[in-house]
Amino acid sequence: MTAPEQAGATAGTMEFGRPAAQDDPYLVVENLTVQFPTHDGIVQAVTDLSYTVRSGQTLGIVGESGSGKSVSSMAVLGLHNPQSTRLSGSIRVGGTEVIGADQQTLRSLRGNDAAMIFQDPLTALHPFYAVGKQIAEAARMHNDISKAEARRRAIDMLDRVGIPQASSRVDDYPHQFSGGMRQRAMIAMALVNNPQLLIADEPTTALDVTVQAQILDLLQDLQQEYGSAIVMITHDLGVIAEVADDVLVMYGGRAVETGPTKAILTLPEMPYTWGLLSSVPDITGATDVRLIPIPGTPPSLLNPPTGCSFHPRCPHVDKVPGELCRTTLPELTQATHPGHRKRCHLVNPDEIYLKEVLPEAAPDLIDEETGELIPELQVQLEEIQQETHDHPTKAPGRSAPRGGDHVRADPEKP
Amino acid sequence: MFAYTIRRVISGILLLVVMSVVTFYLFYASSSTPERFACGPKCTPTQLDTTKRALGYDEPTIVQWGKFAKGFVAGREFPDDEKLRKAAPEQVVECPRGCLGYSYGYSKPVNTLIKDKLPISVSLAISAFVIWIAGGVLLGITAALFKGRLIDKAIVGLSLLAFAFPTFFIGLLLLKFVAIRWGIVELPKYSDFTDNPFLWVSGLILPAITLALVYMAGYIRMTRAFVLETMSEDYIRTARAKGLTRRVVIGKHTLRAVLTPLVTLSGLDLAGLLGGAIITETVFNFNGVGKLSFTAVQRYDLPLIVGIVLLLASFVIVANIVVDLLYAVIDPRVRLG
Ligand SMILES: Nc1ncnc2c1ncn2[C@@H]1O[C@H](COP(=O)(O)OP(=O)(O)OP(=O)(O)O)[C@@H](O)[C@H]1O
Ligand code: SF4
Ligand SMILES: [Mg+2]
Repeated sequence: MTAPEQAGATAGTMEFGRPAAQDDPYLVVENLTVQFPTHDGIVQAVTDLSYTVRSGQTLGIVGESGSGKSVSSMAVLGLHNPQSTRLSGSIRVGGTEVIGADQQTLRSLRGNDAAMIFQDPLTALHPFYAVGKQIAEAARMHNDISKAEARRRAIDMLDRVGIPQASSRVDDYPHQFSGGMRQRAMIAMALVNNPQLLIADEPTTALDVTVQAQILDLLQDLQQEYGSAIVMITHDLGVIAEVADDVLVMYGGRAVETGPTKAILTLPEMPYTWGLLSSVPDITGATDVRLIPIPGTPPSLLNPPTGCSFHPRCPHVDKVPGELCRTTLPELTQATHPGHRKRCHLVNPDEIYLKEVLPEAAPDLIDEETGELIPELQVQLEEIQQETHDHPTKAPGRSAPRGGDHVRADPEKP
Repeated sequence: MFAYTIRRVISGILLLVVMSVVTFYLFYASSSTPERFACGPKCTPTQLDTTKRALGYDEPTIVQWGKFAKGFVAGREFPDDEKLRKAAPEQVVECPRGCLGYSYGYSKPVNTLIKDKLPISVSLAISAFVIWIAGGVLLGITAALFKGRLIDKAIVGLSLLAFAFPTFFIGLLLLKFVAIRWGIVELPKYSDFTDNPFLWVSGLILPAITLALVYMAGYIRMTRAFVLETMSEDYIRTARAKGLTRRVVIGKHTLRAVLTPLVTLSGLDLAGLLGGAIITETVFNFNGVGKLSFTAVQRYDLPLIVGIVLLLASFVIVANIVVDLLYAVIDPRVRLG
């Protein structure tokens, strides 16, 4: 476990030649692999995952249940039990290596530089402590402040996340809060120390649409204010479209498609992403998009399929010559648009998507008479093609480490 | 909370009344000649008849219960039969309010007997309680923190052993070696706490350990399970994600959650023990309520049996109320009402 960690640290230093500066990504995940040895075998929850997130930017991670979204994010805070988890690769938060770090380093990072909003606010708050106390505890842990001052900050934070009468609700217990309020309390707890990095694990699931919108707005406001890097995990491509600068699509513990949000949502190049997009209504702004669930079940993480792990469910296997999909794992390679990468053997994915997939999934996006795409989509496509034209042979990224699987949540710079 | 307590106390009292009726019927109505046990094997028919009337066994069960109830509320006199009292006024025993009956086996009021024996059993129960809670919780937590390691296996293994050996065996072992052979402690002997607290402790130590061991074994395993379960809770992960130290995560967040089930279980266990531990009392020759109840059953001493049963029942009822009140204090989600 120490070898890759050291290798990662060295690679980082050589790469940048200096400690992490303002301009470098705040979060760097490199070749992260997370495995859980169990009685039934080794659960390969995350395999060879790499991504970076810059300060002030948002990376959206999508993928169906069990694809490794939470497991990979918990690794960023070093929350996995070292005794029951095999970790390798490198994770650097603000230049600090997390994998293999001692407890002291992890503690000063957690809740301070990097905070996490957990998936289930119902169980993630301690039932026996008042909400305000739990928030104040996080503040006091990292700042030399009095109890009264910590309480004041907790009230302030609850107020800012939109809890009405925060100064009296601060003494409520979690069970006295509604689901949405608990979610806000979780957010308040995560933000109380103005973290540079915020990981939000499905912060809006199980909330109604209005509350969901409020919470997303809140996160964006806070990001504006503090310039934090955000990792937003979600099942919901609508959320991605709204908040993410870049997208990472995960399948079976691997990155299968990554890139700028606009490129991924307009012209995805990997059949699993097509499936995801088709199963979400109204992603491109069109109404009445058919909801087509992805047939089949998620891959086993104990015995992953050979070749492309999506092949048992992929409707396009036949378009790849020979047995390639079943035998060979595709690399994460450059797609049409710069910064956009996909893990798929298909040679003409754009054509298949526009001619076959889109008309079936979203007939509204096709003009009935001409058979052409509707003008809005045309415009978006042209924009993307324009960008592609401007940077025809863009390399995987200036700060990208070796190893191909890499996403960057940073604005494309000329 | 006050209104709740009052309600619970009233329903507890009602429950005791019902229980007393049930015990009366179970015991008094089941044996056709309870006076036989009181009178002895060489009783002439006349003596038998006198005994029967002296104990009031000649009356229907419900009338006997009525007298018992009256005695408890207002006091009564023994022998039960008025003619017998008139015939030998010098033998009349006054049993004041709170009267639980008169034991002919011991020729003493039941209250006096219990009052004599109860301090012994309570001392034993409380000192055992302290040992088993302290040991059980500490070792349980230690085992959980070192889960799967040698120290965990040793603790779990030893607790299994303590659980498997019968109490009388452990008691005799301790008595023989620790007290007699090695002379590490003095021979166990009960002395009154108010007389000499030091002697009280030193005399109690072996019986208390003996009684505590089997409970401790159970509490080690329970605590270990509770701690492990709690440590996998989401809110413990949240606590770690805040950057709290391990000491705070375990000593505060985890233990706070483990406390709730432990309080409930230990309160009820203690209540059950207050009424005596027959085996431990026998091994160490402590004349507590445990031995008293054993003798009462042997001799078919009905008033004594009923008195002890009701005493134990009231312990359990009180413990239930106390535990529920504590629960409301510990767990903010619990609302009394
Ligand atoms: N401690 C563990 N031991 C064994 N397997 C685990 C452990 N933690 C997670 N897993 C497995 O790892 C896989 C990935 O889990 P993860 O929680 O990351 O999924 P997810 O993408 O967050 O899904 P969801 O959308 O449902 O939250 C799952 O199959 C899960 O069962
Ligand atoms: S590699 Fe083959 S199986 Fe995998 S997504 Fe592409 S076409 Fe489908
Ligand atoms: Mg998850």
